[in-house]
Amino acid sequence: MTILEVKGLVKSFSGLTAVNDINLEVREHEFLGIVGPNGAGKTTLFSLLSGQLPPSAGKVVFEGRDITGWSANKVAATGLVRTFQLMRPFESMSVLDNVAIASHARHRSRRAARRHALGVIERVQLERYVNSLSGSLPTAGLKRLELARALALEPRLLLLDEVLAGLVPAERAPMIELLRELHTDGVTVMLIEHIMTAVLALSERLLVMHEGAQLALGEPRAVVDDPVVIEAYLGEDYA
Amino acid sequence: MTLSTSQASADPPAAETRAFSLADARLPIAVTGAVVLAIVLVYTVGGRDPGLVTQSIVTGLLLGGVYALVSVGLTLIFGVLGIVNFAQGSMLTLAMFLVYVMGHSFGIPVYVATVVAIPIMFGFGWLVQLLLLNKLTISGNENGPLLITLGLSLLIVNVLLMVFGGRPLSVPGTVDGSFTVLGALVSYERLIAFGGALLVALLLTLALRKTSLGLAIRAVSSNSQGAALVGVNVGRIYALTFAIGSACVAVAGGLVAPFISLTPSVGEQFTILAFVIVVLGGLGSVVGATVGGLVIGLVQTVGALYLPGTGSLILVFAVFVLVLFFRPQGMFGAKQ
Repeated sequence: MTILEVKGLVKSFSGLTAVNDINLEVREHEFLGIVGPNGAGKTTLFSLLSGQLPPSAGKVVFEGRDITGWSANKVAATGLVRTFQLMRPFESMSVLDNVAIASHARHRSRRAARRHALGVIERVQLERYVNSLSGSLPTAGLKRLELARALALEPRLLLLDEVLAGLVPAERAPMIELLRELHTDGVTVMLIEHIMTAVLALSERLLVMHEGAQLALGEPRAVVDDPVVIEAYLGEDYA
Repeated sequence: MTLSTSQASADPPAAETRAFSLADARLPIAVTGAVVLAIVLVYTVGGRDPGLVTQSIVTGLLLGGVYALVSVGLTLIFGVLGIVNFAQGSMLTLAMFLVYVMGHSFGIPVYVATVVAIPIMFGFGWLVQLLLLNKLTISGNENGPLLITLGLSLLIVNVLLMVFGGRPLSVPGTVDGSFTVLGALVSYERLIAFGGALLVALLLTLALRKTSLGLAIRAVSSNSQGAALVGVNVGRIYALTFAIGSACVAVAGGLVAPFISLTPSVGEQFTILAFVIVVLGGLGSVVGATVGGLVIGLVQTVGALYLPGTGSLILVFAVFVLVLFFRPQGMFGAKQ
C-alpha cells in the first residue's frame, strides 16, 4: 500500500529551481534512502513534504489525503514528521520539556504528555540528560533529541535529514541500530544521508537527486552502480 | 563506488557544562546589592529628611509594582512574538475607561469591574493579534507589526477622546484610607495595586513554567518554526500570548484607576517607562520586567527628592543608560 504519493513536485526560488518535477510513491513500511550531491534539493524536498515551504507546483498525498499547502503543524499532527540536519532544540528548555511539547500533539494532559515523553527519551537512550538544558547537549545527544521530538509525535512517515552527520564512527553504529529498530516497529522512513555505507545498510530503495531532479530510483546496489549516477557525483571523467 | 564523505566530529568536549546555578544566584544579589547601597547612601549622605526618604521608598515600590504589571505584558508579547507593542499604553488607557464606564453607568465597584475587564481585554488582544498581526508575524515581518500597533494606539486614544473628551475623569475607589509603615503613609488602594501586580507576575511565571500552554508559549518563543514542526499551532499561541499581554494591562488599568486622573492620553507616560523597564530587565523576561519595574519606581520617587518635577525622569534614563552600558542584554536577559 502507498503511504506517500508525490506528483510533479516543483519548488522555485526566484529563478532557481531547487526541486524539479519529483514523482515518487513510497510504500507503507518502506525504508527509502535519498542521496545526492550538496545542493541537489534533498532538504528542500523534505521542507515541501512537511509543509514548511509551499510547493510551486505539484501534489503531495499522505495516506490518501491531499496535504499540499497544509501548514507545518497540521502536517506534523497527521503523522508525517521530519527532523533537521542542523538541530534546533528549544535551547532554554530541558530535554524532557523539549520532547513533551511534541507529546502534547498526542496527549492532552500534562502528566500523560510527560510520561509519554519519558518513554520516548528512554527509547533514544537520553535518560541521563532528562533534566539537562537541551542547549548543553553534545552533538550526539542533540541528534538523539531531534529524533526523540519526532518520535514523540508517533509518526507513520519519518523524514530523517542526516541524523548521522557530525557523529564519530563509534556513535554511528548505535544510531543505525536505532533506526533499524524503528523501521522494524512499523515506521516508514525516508532518510537523507551522505554516509553511503549506512544508506546501503538500511535502505530498501534509493532515490538519487541531482540539481533538483530525480536522477535514479530503485534497488540501492543497482542505483549506485548506474553510470549516470556516478557521473553526477564524480564528473564525466570517472563514468 | 563509495560516496561516503568522512565527517569530522564537530563535538565540543563532552565535559562542557555551564555554570547556570552560579550565574542565576549572582544576578539577583547584584541587583539587590546595588539598590540597597543606593538607598543607604541616600539615608546617610543624601542630606534629606529620613522620614521623607522612607516615604519616597514606600511610594516608589508601590508605584513600581504598577509599572511592573504594564511591563510584564509588554515583555511577554515581545519575547514570544518579537513585536514591539506600541499600543500597550493605550490599551492600558482603554482598560481604565472600561472600568470607568462600568462604574459610572452601571455602578459596578472598581475592583469587580477590573475582574470583568480582564476577559474583555483578553478577547480584545486575541482579536487584534488574530485579525491585524498574525499574518505579518508568522511571515517574519518586523516593521509591519510595529506600524500597526502604533496605528492602533493612535486609534484607541482618539476614539476615547471623541467619546469621552479630554477632560480628566476620576474613578471612585471603594477602599479608602491608609496606614503607616515605619512612619511612611501607605494607601490601601496603592497597596492593593502593588499586591495585584506581584500576584499577576507570580501567576504568569508559574503558568509559563508549569502548564502545557506555558510550555508551548516558551517553545514558540525559543523557536517558532521548530514548534510548528512538533505540532504546535503557532498562530494560536501568538494570539493567546497577545491576549495574555492585554489581560495584564486590564489588571493594571483597573488597579491604577482609583488613584489616577483619567484622560485618553494617560497611558502614554506608562508606554515610555514600560519600554525602559522591559529593556532594562532583559527583553522577554517576566522576572526582569518585575524587578525592573520596582527599580524604576524607586529611582523615580527617590530621585524626585533631588530633581523635582519631571527631573526625576532624567535619573530614570541615566540608570537605564548605565545598565545598558555594562549589561547590554538587560538585567535578566539571555546573552545573545
